This record gives sequence, structure tokens and C-alpha cells, in this order.
Amino acid sequence: MTLLENKSSNIPAPREITTKPRFSDKVFRGVVTAGGLSSLAILGLILIYLTYQGYDVLKSQGFSFITGSAWNVFTDDAGNIDYTQTKFGIAAMLIGTILCATIAVLIAVPISVLTALYLSFYAPSGIRKFLVAVIDLMAAFPSVLFGIWGFFVLMPSAEYWGKLLHKFFGFLPFFNMQVPVFTRSPFVAGVVLAIMIIPIVTSISREIFGQTPLDRIQAAYALGATRWAMIKAVVIPYGRSGVVGGAMLGLGRAMGETVAVYTVLNIVYQINWQVLLGAGGNVASMILLKFGEAGPGEIKALMAAGLVLFILTLIVNSIADLIVKSSGGKGR
Amino acid sequence: MSTLIAPPQPRKPWVATPKQRLSSVGIYLASALVSYLLVAVTPMKGKLAYFAIFFFASLIIDFVRSYMQRGIASAKDAVARGFVSVGMTLAVFPIFSILFQVVKRGYKGLSFGLFTHDMSLTSPSDPIANGGLIHAISGTFILVAIALIVAMPIGILTAIYLTEIRGKFAKPIKFLVQAMSGVPSIVAGLFILSAYVYPVTGALSGFAGSLALMILMIPTIARTSEEVLLLIPPDLREAGVALGGTQWRTVALVVVPAAKSGLVTALILGIARVAGETAPLVLLTGGGEKVNSNPFSGPMGSLPMYIWKCFGQGSEQSIARAWTGILVLLVIVLALFTMARFLSERKVSK
Amino acid sequence: MDKTTTKPSSLSDVAAAKQKKVPGGQSLGVGLEARGVHAWFSGKHVLDNISLDFWSGTVTALIGPSGCGKSTFIRTLNRMHEFIPGAQMAGEVLLDGKDIYESGTDVTKIRLKIGMVFQKPNPFPSMTIAENVLSGLKLAELKTSNKDELLEDCLERAGLWSEVKDRLNAHGGSLSGGQQQRLCIARSLAVKPQVLLMDEPCSALDPGSTLKIEETINHLSSSMTIIIVTHNMQQAARVSDYTAFFLSDGGPGSMIEVGPTSEIFSRPRDTRTENYVTGRFG
Repeated sequence: MTLLENKSSNIPAPREITTKPRFSDKVFRGVVTAGGLSSLAILGLILIYLTYQGYDVLKSQGFSFITGSAWNVFTDDAGNIDYTQTKFGIAAMLIGTILCATIAVLIAVPISVLTALYLSFYAPSGIRKFLVAVIDLMAAFPSVLFGIWGFFVLMPSAEYWGKLLHKFFGFLPFFNMQVPVFTRSPFVAGVVLAIMIIPIVTSISREIFGQTPLDRIQAAYALGATRWAMIKAVVIPYGRSGVVGGAMLGLGRAMGETVAVYTVLNIVYQINWQVLLGAGGNVASMILLKFGEAGPGEIKALMAAGLVLFILTLIVNSIADLIVKSSGGKGR
Repeated sequence: MSTLIAPPQPRKPWVATPKQRLSSVGIYLASALVSYLLVAVTPMKGKLAYFAIFFFASLIIDFVRSYMQRGIASAKDAVARGFVSVGMTLAVFPIFSILFQVVKRGYKGLSFGLFTHDMSLTSPSDPIANGGLIHAISGTFILVAIALIVAMPIGILTAIYLTEIRGKFAKPIKFLVQAMSGVPSIVAGLFILSAYVYPVTGALSGFAGSLALMILMIPTIARTSEEVLLLIPPDLREAGVALGGTQWRTVALVVVPAAKSGLVTALILGIARVAGETAPLVLLTGGGEKVNSNPFSGPMGSLPMYIWKCFGQGSEQSIARAWTGILVLLVIVLALFTMARFLSERKVSK
Repeated sequence: MDKTTTKPSSLSDVAAAKQKKVPGGQSLGVGLEARGVHAWFSGKHVLDNISLDFWSGTVTALIGPSGCGKSTFIRTLNRMHEFIPGAQMAGEVLLDGKDIYESGTDVTKIRLKIGMVFQKPNPFPSMTIAENVLSGLKLAELKTSNKDELLEDCLERAGLWSEVKDRLNAHGGSLSGGQQQRLCIARSLAVKPQVLLMDEPCSALDPGSTLKIEETINHLSSSMTIIIVTHNMQQAARVSDYTAFFLSDGGPGSMIEVGPTSEIFSRPRDTRTENYVTGRFG
């Protein structure tokens, strides 16, 4: 058989390579996998327990739990909840959650993106190291600090800004109000939340900008682009979806924030769209507020509220995660 | 061929010369002047007016100057630079304001007695020299330590699964860890309430608080550990396996020790993450007034609860106490963070 | 035309076979001059006293083994060197008699006049082919009276027009490697540079695309100064009028010899040049 003939005849099929795993490795895999799956277990348990606890309430209230905005508890003589009269509705708080978080994102995202651009493309290396450390540090500040600082230090200034907004933009429905009470408004809460989420959004944006392919940046510069022209042509198309993902992560964080909002926002139980008016609330702070005096029946309602909040933040964070992961898009 | 005369001095001709820097300063001075004048002349007043006018004035002056010298592209670049600088200032300014305020309002309450007394005998309006927060510090310490004991193995095992085993659950687990990091702290509190406190003990305790903190800790530890393990070069693992090591031996004896300082960083970051959590502790621990070394029974104090309660009491003295508590907490968190950074920097330079 | 009919048996034959420039059409003056250029990276001296004149309307090839500073040198010519942290330089680079490093110079204007094509083709993926070609105008905020005319002209000169004229709105990344590189050349041409720097433009491409690009370089050289760094000595012999040989002995790189291409390859003056072009090292 010549070499040539051999070549054109059967190419053997690839062999299957196996090895018998040692027992210790099997145990290792088992233990590690169990550890890894524990997060699934915990999340699942949270879902189960909250649903279990809140089930009665959800069943009796139905959809109006989310759409209704009254929270009136009636108990009979034995202290049990009278479900025929009691109404649990978290609509006001849900709207407050979304409102405060939206204000926070609207304020925080432009500032964060500009800061991330500064850190990635404008800052000299000494300043950059320092500022990155400082901003990461701010991400570690406890939320109770933001709440108390917001209440004592920021409130007067925020009130002033609210008054300015009302004076110049009062024709817009959001900024209009009948009663001129400017303290402890969703606007102030939004500002405090914005300050809380700036470190996160800045960090994510900075990472994304840092991954912009260097050869495209160089190509733009070699064509005679100024720094801003390069950023507009290369960095922003590339990082756009990643930054959106980061913004949504910030949104999720702002929606779940409890103590900061609790101290700064005057919790009033009705739907309030007028962001400058000192009344509102979000689901998390409502739970905290009512917990102290709640009887067992009302606690179930709070559990149900927690369930709704949990699912909401889960959805937002999942979408954000998907966007950041797939931040491929036209720019890539 | 190298020249026989010494090579000339290296320069950086692209760096801004003092003359160019001076012209930038000139812009700021001019803007300051404009803002001063406008504030004096028009009804706009206050710090906000100063800063806003200063910013816009410097933008306009810079724009015009760049346009005249170099054209529209350069002018747009100058405006962009202005906005970027302002954004950075707005982001960084609150940090310094917060730090300053905490120190200013909290240092008055600092005293040696702070670390030796608790609040069991003090009432809200007692002068701040009375009472202390030893119960809060010990409480936080106990709560965090217990949470760490459970969260550490789970977090690190999760990271090992994601980097070493990379089984078919890897993608879902990564997603779940991310989802878990977004769980609001109060939801974690409610969960432990319904899963542990009501069915099992019926009473608030420190342990319940630890469980909630654990939920918040695990994602931080898992994510940071994963990043750290990914940094270990694959050659190390290959070398271990080539020597005949089983997978678990390679991981335990080669990979993990190599990542040691990074894993410690992960733990420290996990601690820093939960040290300041308030909401779940309000629901679960009761916030005791004296030192309680039993996490399973009796209300357990903690720094966040101490701050929260003092703030709620509302008197001038208790508010001052709250600020001092914040100062102590902040110092602890800062120390942890610096330690973590120091460790991770050392690892990189190795 | 001076084409030899026998198969070229050495680089010098290749160089001699290259179509000679029409006498009198050459030497439109000195386009770019480097005078005593040194470069450092974080204190390490990497380029030593490079002085070279680049005449208008010519192609100059920079050859030499890896790591001798050719790419670093070419980046000092359009002020891309300064992007590397820790970079320093000394000496002057004169464009039309004026030092481009002079304090107060607008560096973006310099880069409009001295364009660059990189080793790895890097069209902007978020733009169409037409947008890519005209992107230089957008980035520098330049106005032009007739966009379509400029578009066709640049693509034609880059040798790409016939292949893409029906799909100008396709994505920049949808072309083959060689086509992408020609797109990058067209992009650089749109801002009307006087000098075009090319840093190993064909090393990532197949021989067919390489040939097309060499044809492009030949066409372009009549209207601008081209400086090309290349690892491929045959390419240098095919494409360039002048060749400069760079070498580093472990220390900073320096220029050993420069001359007309045919002489460098047939009668180099320095032994080291001779050793390199005859393949004894590198």
C-alpha cells in the first residue's frame, strides 16, 4: 500500500477518552456542587416562605393588593384579622418605590457616566488611583449613614433646590403642588438614593469603558480626532449597552433601599406623584415602619409586600444582568 | 550606532507648558469674576448661583477661545471636558461632605468610656459622656462572625464550582449569585423571620440576624473569590495535575493557597458589606442595651441598631450619640476596606 | 519601463525591476524630516538619534529585525508615541519645515496631515463602509462640498471602489481582512494627508491581499509621501524607493543605513545591512 492510497482511505473515528474518577474527586465534586447550588436553594426558599406566609393575604385581596392604596386593618375581638373589612394595598408604596428610584437613576446616571469618562480618559494616573479608591470606598458606606446625613445635612439644601424647581418648572405636573411642604419629599429621597448608587454605576461604567478595544481608540486618534470626538465615535457606541445595564443595577439597588428612605421620606399612605411634596414612601420603608406594631395578621401582609418587592427587584436585576452580559450590540 | 556624546535629555513636549496652564487659570479667574458680577447685579443668589454661573461662564469662555484658536472640533472637546469635570466633582463632593460631617458631629462623643460601657443604665437625654457602645461593638462582632462562619464556605465553594469544576450548573449559578446580590436587605430579614424565627424559636435573637446577614454576605464573597481564582494562571493547575494530583488535591493544595490573600480580601469585603446593614437587624435582633454574649437568646445589640435607636429617640444627646456611633462604624468599615486593598495590592505585585 | 525579463534571483533584482519614477516628477521637496529623534519608555532608551529625510512623492521602507524600534519611530512621526504611559522623546520632526512637537501645536491638526494605517485592520464596526471612509471628516469636524465624490475618490485610490460600490451601506466589519485594510487606507485618505505612515500593513493579510495593497501603495506614492514599516524584505524591495535599515544591539535602536532601495539590496555600505538583507540573521 503506498502512502497516497493510505491517505484517501478511512479516516478513523475519534476515540472516546474516559477516565475512572477517583472516589475523593467524586466527593469533592459533590461537596462543591452542593455549595454552588446553595444560592439556588436560598433564593428558592425565600420565594417559598414569603409566598407561604403571605398567601392568605394575597388570596383575600387578590389583585387589589398591588393596585389598591388603602391599608386599613380591622381585627375582631380575638385579635384575628377580619378579612371582609381589611384592606391591604401597596400601590402607593409601589409607585413611591418606582418614583424615588427613577429620580435617583435620572440624577445618578449622567453624573456617573461623566465621572467614569473622567476616570478612564481624562484623569492623570495619580488622581485616578486616588479617586477610584475613594469612590469604591463610598460604595461601602452603610446606608444608615446616608439616611442620617441626608436628613441633617442634605435636607436644607435639597429643600432649597425643590423650591427652585417649583418656582421655575412648576408648570410641569410633577413639580406642581398645592401645599408647599418641601421637606422629606420623594425628591429628597431620590437625591439621597442617587448619591448612594453613584459609586456602583460609576464602577461598572468605568470597567466597561476600560474594555474599549485600544486599536479603535488609536484609529480614531490617528485620524486627527480630539478626545471628545474619539469618545463619541468609539467609546460610547461600544459601552452603551453596558452602561444601561449598570444603570439598571443601580435602579434595582435604589428600589430595595430601606433605612435611607425611611429617615428622609415622610411616609404618608397615599399615592403621590408630586415629587416635591413631602409625602410618599416605598415598599421597603413601609415594611420597616409597620413592623413595630403589626399583629400576626398584618405581618402576613408585610410578608406579601416583601414578596412583591423581592420579585420586582429580581426582575430588574435579571434584566440588568442580561444587558451587561450581552453588551455586544452594534458597537462590537 | 550609539553616539559618542551623551544622548539628549528626554522631554515630553506634549505636556502642557506653564504658559498654557496659565491661560487655563486665566479662564477660571475670568469666570469667577463674571459669576461674582452677575450675582451682585441680578436677583440670583446663593452658593448654587455662584457655582452654576461659574460653570457656564467657564464653558462659554473656553468654547470661544478654543473655537477661535483651533476650530469647532476643539471647541466641542473643551465643552465636553467641562462637563466631565463637573460630573466628577458632583460625584466626589458628597463623599467629602459626609466624611467631614461625620467627624465634625461625632467626635464630641468620643471618649474612653465609649468602649467600656453600654447603654443599659443610660436614658436618652443623659449627657453623652454617660453610656457607651461596647454592647454594640461586641454585638456587631458576634453577628458578623457567625454570619461569616456559614457564608465563607458556601461563598468559596461556589467560587470553586464556577472556576474549577465548571459543571453544567455554572451559568445558572452565576446568574443566581448575581440575583442574590440584589435581594433587598429587608426581604432577607422577612425571610429569616418567616423561616426561622416564627416556626423555630418564636423570639428575636442574634443568630437570626446572623442568618440574614449571611444571605447578604454570600454573593460578595462568591463573586470576589471567583475573580481571584480566575487570576490564578492555568499553568499552575496543569502542573499540579501533571504531577499526578487528583482534582481536589490540586485545588486544595495548589490553587487555594496561591489565591490565599485574594480569598482573605473576599472575606474582608464580605464583612464590610454587612457590618453596616440595619434593616434586617431591626426585624430580627431586637437591639439590646447591654452586652449579650449568647447569640441564641435575648436581644442582641449592634452598631447599626445602636445608631438607629439613638436616632429614633430624637433628643439632642441621643442624636449626638448616633453620630458618634456612625463615626465608630465608619472607622471600622474604612479599616476593613483599607486592609482589603492593601492585601489585594500585595498579591498583584507578587 | 525597465522591467527585466528574467526571473529575479535576488532582492536587488526585485528592487531594480520596480517601475522607476519618471524623472522630474520626483523630489517635490522634502515632505517630512526627522532630526535627532530619541525615544524612551519609562526611562529606558529605545531609539537613538534617528535622522531621516522623507521626500515627497516617494515610498520609504523601514526594515530591520523585531524589536529594533521601527514601530516606535514611526509613531513619533504622527505623535502617537505620547499615548504610551511613560513615553518621552527628544529631537524634532519637521513637517514643511515646522516642528510638530513645538509647544502650542494643535496635535489633532498634525494627525490630519500625517495619517496612519495600522497592522491590524481596525474599521469602526458601528459604522457602514461609507461612514467609515468619511469618519475622519466627522471626527475632525471638517466640511466637504461633495461627500459622494470624496467617497468614490478615496475608495478608488485605495483600490476598493469596484468591490464595494454596490454595498456602501454594509457594515464595516463585513469585509475580508484585505478589504478591511484597504477600507482603513481609504479612511485615512479622506482627510487628505500629506504623509501616510503604514505600520506593517500587510503582516496580518494573505498574499493576494498583500499584492493588492502594494499596488495601492504604488498608485498613492505619486501624490504623497509614504513611510512603511515592514518585516518583509521582498515587500520593501517591491514597493519602496528608499530603504532605511534599523538595528538594535540590545540597547536603543538606531538607523544603520539609508539609501535608494536598489542600492541597499545590491550594494549596502555597512556589513550589518549586508548580513541582514542576505538573510544571515534576523
